[in-house]
Amino acid sequence: MSLYKVSIDNIEVEVEPGTTIMNAARKIGGNVVPPAMCYYSKLEGSGGKCRTCLVKVAQTSAVDTRPMPKLVASCRTMVQDGMVVQNITSPEVLDARKAITEFLLINHPLDCPVCDQAGECDLQDLSYEHGLEETRTTEDRRTFEPIDIGEYIKLNMNRCILCYRCVMVADQITDKRVHGILNRGDHSEISTYIKQAVDNDFSGNMIDVCPVGALTDKTFRFKSRVWFTNPFDAHRDCPHCSGKTVLWMKGKEVLRVTGRKDKYGELEEFICNDCRFHHKEVTEWVVEGPRKIERHSVISQNHYENLSDDKKLKP
Amino acid sequence: MATKILLENIEAPGLATFDCYRKLGGYASVEKALKSLSPDSITQEVLKSGLRGRGGAGFPTGMKWNFIDKKSDKPHYFICNFDESEPGTFKDRHIGQLNPHQLIEGMILGSYALGARSAYIYIRGELFYVLNIIEKAIDEAYQKGFLGENIMGSGYSLDLYCQPGGGAYICGEETALIESLEGKRGNPRIKPPFPALVGLYNCPTVVNNVETIANLPWIINHGADAYAALGTLKSKGTKLISACGHINKPGIYEIELGLPVEEFIYSDEYCGGIRNGNQLKAVVAGGSSVPILPAELILKTAKGEPRLLSYESLEEGGFQTGTMLGSGGFIVMDHTACIVKNLLTFARFYHHESCGQCSPCREGTGWMEKILRRIEAGKGSMKEIDLLADIAKHIDGTTICPLGDAAAWPVSSAIRHFRSEFEEHIIQQKCPFTK
Ligand SMILES: Cc1cc2nc3c(=O)[nH]c(=O)nc-3n(C[C@H](O)[C@H](O)[C@H](O)COP(=O)(O)O)c2cc1C
Ligand code: SF4
Ligand code: SF4
Ligand code: FES
Repeated sequence: MSLYKVSIDNIEVEVEPGTTIMNAARKIGGNVVPPAMCYYSKLEGSGGKCRTCLVKVAQTSAVDTRPMPKLVASCRTMVQDGMVVQNITSPEVLDARKAITEFLLINHPLDCPVCDQAGECDLQDLSYEHGLEETRTTEDRRTFEPIDIGEYIKLNMNRCILCYRCVMVADQITDKRVHGILNRGDHSEISTYIKQAVDNDFSGNMIDVCPVGALTDKTFRFKSRVWFTNPFDAHRDCPHCSGKTVLWMKGKEVLRVTGRKDKYGELEEFICNDCRFHHKEVTEWVVEGPRKIERHSVISQNHYENLSDDKKLKP
Repeated sequence: MATKILLENIEAPGLATFDCYRKLGGYASVEKALKSLSPDSITQEVLKSGLRGRGGAGFPTGMKWNFIDKKSDKPHYFICNFDESEPGTFKDRHIGQLNPHQLIEGMILGSYALGARSAYIYIRGELFYVLNIIEKAIDEAYQKGFLGENIMGSGYSLDLYCQPGGGAYICGEETALIESLEGKRGNPRIKPPFPALVGLYNCPTVVNNVETIANLPWIINHGADAYAALGTLKSKGTKLISACGHINKPGIYEIELGLPVEEFIYSDEYCGGIRNGNQLKAVVAGGSSVPILPAELILKTAKGEPRLLSYESLEEGGFQTGTMLGSGGFIVMDHTACIVKNLLTFARFYHHESCGQCSPCREGTGWMEKILRRIEAGKGSMKEIDLLADIAKHIDGTTICPLGDAAAWPVSSAIRHFRSEFEEHIIQQKCPFTK
């Protein structure tokens, strides 16, 4: 099948028919990639919800040279041959993204100082790049009573941006979903079915797909700021999953085990709860070496990955 | 007397029963269609009639039917959208309650044209009493052989179901309706794909409004040309207008499209003028979602022409000076009405009804309500009027479904046309309309 030619921010790229604008942009890489708070390439049907990835289609295709009437969600819009897309070259897109960042923050508790996700939070990164310096809200923020959803996962609903990723993980990679979204609008909340515990061999992946600090690892809670830990790629022989993980270490101590995330913050592979929660001794792992943090996130602002080993943050 | 298609026999006692409806000529179009018309020729007839969807968007019905993937070997579905929940719109329930067989007759025609073997009426959950009436009528239609296997020996079979809705305004959005009908949470789907290709159970599906469907028997009986002879160039046929607010005669009226707004408001045949001889102040012409217009712009366009009740005339002037026909919910306000308070009521509704899937609508609707609540209570600031307009601007066009736009337009238009009233609330630190 012949490839489609697409231009994004004046950069041309050729992609297979059926590719989304988002994935065409990822093929180019760098600044033209729109931020994604809900899309997750490994989860079917994800995307379209947060609206941070909106872009302008200045020309629909080589045949239909009209622009599309509204901004479109790049993660859910397929390219057409000859499409011309504007992302960071469109003031309209940047203006909308600023507004959407603000919308995502008006009910957010802004409790980064006490949030375990700080330093690896997509919302923090988004605000850093697109947020206003001052809040325009004077209203009380929406708050929820904390609820217990089981042994391993802490739910802090106040931080949730309702991206639906954790619901899709539960639907698509665990054998039964016992949590979901209750209620409507800004009173929607993540909850379990009659307060059941989320207990499933792969449920821990919900923590990794959560773009914010709404779902965090109970076994790691408040142990350390993530930027004081050193990530190492490691693996073990695991009968349930690939066993390829990242160990977050302080000295010789394994504080946390997660899956490996790519530069878009997506897991390369889902891992099982056994690897994640039950193997916290270095001796249980084959350590491959320090992990390069690829994301341009707050955690990388001091360019950890460029420092030589002996200068890396010491606990 | 103007031609009536929907309310012709509405006062006939017992119209909701099969026998009465049949005696008045009911189900003749089904006999005609199943005996002598092919499904495609019905679609052609509907296309030629110029009928446009009465659910709000005014999309040409025949064109929508033509998008159905005819080659698909999956079943096709025809769905009636009876979720009617838009503030100010109360016309569909009138048909369902008093004339259910006309809706069923239309459902049979549409289903036959689209090749559907199963059809659904998705009815707003709160309308229990109407649900009961419709279910009874469906039972009768089965007994009389107009539904079920091999209808009138034609070889065509159809099952019709009536399903109570999930209790949310958003379930009236056609893809949310489909999700809800499938037993899921009523979240709108991301379009494309449109239901004509991927609809109910991922099969080709058409969703039409109650009033749209109730027009079909007349079109098949009298022909597309007779229908297209009614109305204006771009607005064919008649339209139900549910009129409410500060008028002498609130109610449901069937008008021929193109009727001057002034006549509709002031003539005794329709609204009978403003209550207590008061001054007309503003009208929301098409249900709560459409832009509000001040008296001078609803009676005459910015060009000075009389404003008509038709799609094109109400849209004249775009959003700067025009509005939309929408679903035909006509809300009239006299000079005693507080625009800010009315807007707060709408804002509260959209905040409450947002499904919460996409961030601009989920977060923005609540924010707008809170600001409006402050302004209305006399506790707002001038800066907040611009903030409100700015929030509305950024919800408009950035959401998954049109509920976001519907929440934004009333706010933008109220500020556009009635800014001074917002300012008065702030200067006087109270609502200027309360003593
Ligand atoms: C939030 C929302 C609510 C809606 N509610 C209704 C409704 O109650 N009834 C209806 O017929 N259409 C409603 N619509 C429009 C439907 O999505 C759809 O366009 C319509 O049913 C199509 O029928 P028509 O072509 O016959 O107008 C709604 C749309 C939105 C966005
Ligand atoms: S808890 Fe996290 S992953 Fe789940 S919907 Fe909320 S933000 Fe998304
Ligand atoms: S616009 Fe509002 S109602 Fe529509 S999908 Fe988004 S959040 Fe839901
Ligand atoms: S990433 Fe595209 S809408 Fe969320």
